[in-house]
Amino acid sequence: MTDRWTITGRTWVVGDSVDTDAMYPGYAMKLDVPEAARHVFYALRPRWVDEVAPGDIVVAGRNFGIGSSRPVAALMRHLGVAALVAEEFNSLFLRNAINNGLPALTVPGVRDLVSEGEELTVDLEHGWARAGDRRVDVAPQPPMVLDILAAGGLLPRLVADGYLPAEGAAS
Amino acid sequence: MPMTMIEKILARSAGLEEVHAGDTVVAEVDMNVLIDLQFAGWVTPLRIADPERTAIVLDHAVPAPTVRDADGGPRARRFARDFGIDRFFDVGRHGICHQVIAENALARPGQVLTCTDSHTCAAGAYNTAARGIGPAEVVGVLCTGRTWFTVAPTIRYELVGELPVGVGGKDVFLHIAGTWGDATNHNLEFGGEGLASVPMNERRTIATQAAEISADFATFPADDVCRRFLAEHGAGPGEYEPADPDPGATYAAVRTVDLSALEPHVARPGSVSGNAVPISQVETRRLDQCFIGSCANGQLDDLRIAAEILAGRTVAEGVRLIVTPASQQVYRDALRLGYLGTLADAGAVVTNSTCGACFGYHMGVLGAGEVCLTASTRNFRGRMGSPDAEIYMASSATVAASAVAGRPVDPRTLLDREHSA
Repeated sequence: MTDRWTITGRTWVVGDSVDTDAMYPGYAMKLDVPEAARHVFYALRPRWVDEVAPGDIVVAGRNFGIGSSRPVAALMRHLGVAALVAEEFNSLFLRNAINNGLPALTVPGVRDLVSEGEELTVDLEHGWARAGDRRVDVAPQPPMVLDILAAGGLLPRLVADGYLPAEGAAS
Repeated sequence: MPMTMIEKILARSAGLEEVHAGDTVVAEVDMNVLIDLQFAGWVTPLRIADPERTAIVLDHAVPAPTVRDADGGPRARRFARDFGIDRFFDVGRHGICHQVIAENALARPGQVLTCTDSHTCAAGAYNTAARGIGPAEVVGVLCTGRTWFTVAPTIRYELVGELPVGVGGKDVFLHIAGTWGDATNHNLEFGGEGLASVPMNERRTIATQAAEISADFATFPADDVCRRFLAEHGAGPGEYEPADPDPGATYAAVRTVDLSALEPHVARPGSVSGNAVPISQVETRRLDQCFIGSCANGQLDDLRIAAEILAGRTVAEGVRLIVTPASQQVYRDALRLGYLGTLADAGAVVTNSTCGACFGYHMGVLGAGEVCLTASTRNFRGRMGSPDAEIYMASSATVAASAVAGRPVDPRTLLDREHSA
């Protein structure tokens, strides 16, 4: 598959209702992104940040990302995470992922599809997820969302549309 | 097809006749609120949609506890000045954004309000479609004046009966969270004949806490109580168009809450969903810290009830009681009314207004092994400091009474003295 919205990666699997404080603790908000990214899952999975590799996919259960508006996606992107896949997302967390240019897809039953360490492929545009010979069809991301992701996030999009100066793309 | 309250507001803001659950719409935003944290990685836009539909409130980290936060202040001031944003609430006339929004009637019935902070659903108390959208999207709304929403199904809560003395909005919410759990990707709509007994401060507590069951929007009708509040804060009846649900609108669920039957509730550490119980059922714990504050429960009425309970009493030895007014206005009112003196006399530490201890950033961080009872918004592991601290959650009345007892207690046992005196 060469489709640009088809993403394949090794998976890390976390549970239900993993909240934003577990991924971006309050004290890390005092740090710049590269340092703050060292604290993702600090209490839930200590040292995970040393194990995750660029291109990996984070898989979660229900109600993923309940909590704050702090942009966890910026930290995930810094760590090289290629996509977030969850049984169910908190809507603010999902918006933050998209607006920070991190592909995300809701895949009910994804934890039955894949175990940690296995490879998962998701297609945001056509709406499916596959692991080995198992595949499930899900709702695709709407074109409006794919447009934001294609730009690399909302801020680069605003640069392209002439609202922000070019240096705005960096954030 | 009949619409729910939120569907009506979103239809109007999107310029559509009808919208329903499942639709994705582009909505005009009536008010967009920026907070201090926004200015940490700030890039000044080349142009913005409308300074009149923009407000800036410094709240999370004021006065600045770090150089990083301090560096945001001048950026915010320069931006407000250069772009003619008059609704700029700098340190000294600041407060937690959701309190400042209420005090200045920035949220109005039938309108759409966005803000960086996740508790923006608070403004649903004023019949406003309000939600947190994250820092990048706030810049998007600042620039374009609009954003998109996918309309979620709505759960309706029918309130019946009357709120008893000593039972507040926090208890109503904890009952809802404890009974029905998460409402992820759902809107909450409140109504019913019992609503008249729920004052605006308690409605705002309920709407604020909707974020804790992962809801999208949480809205109340603009009834007489709401309209009176808005008029007192500068928005007359001609300045907005309320949205009532249509008879026959489709709901994902309709749930009845009998206010008369409620007792004070406590949420156990970790989350509120399926984890909150009537106080008579909660285990006894020795408390290290008690906290009254935040956008949910740092309002003037929270300080009033805390002062009523603490008058002539003393915070238990070994307990820290921290009280953080939700705004500079609340602080000044509470000072004039004598609440702050009463609280300090009892042994409470009264801080300046900020989001502070609620998000474990400054002004009351918890250490490992400590137990906290908080009236603030969130009880996630690690939320207020160490991941090895435990955070229980209750109303301001329960927190004040428990600070005296040194363990969670029913505040009605102490309020009775006041009411029989």
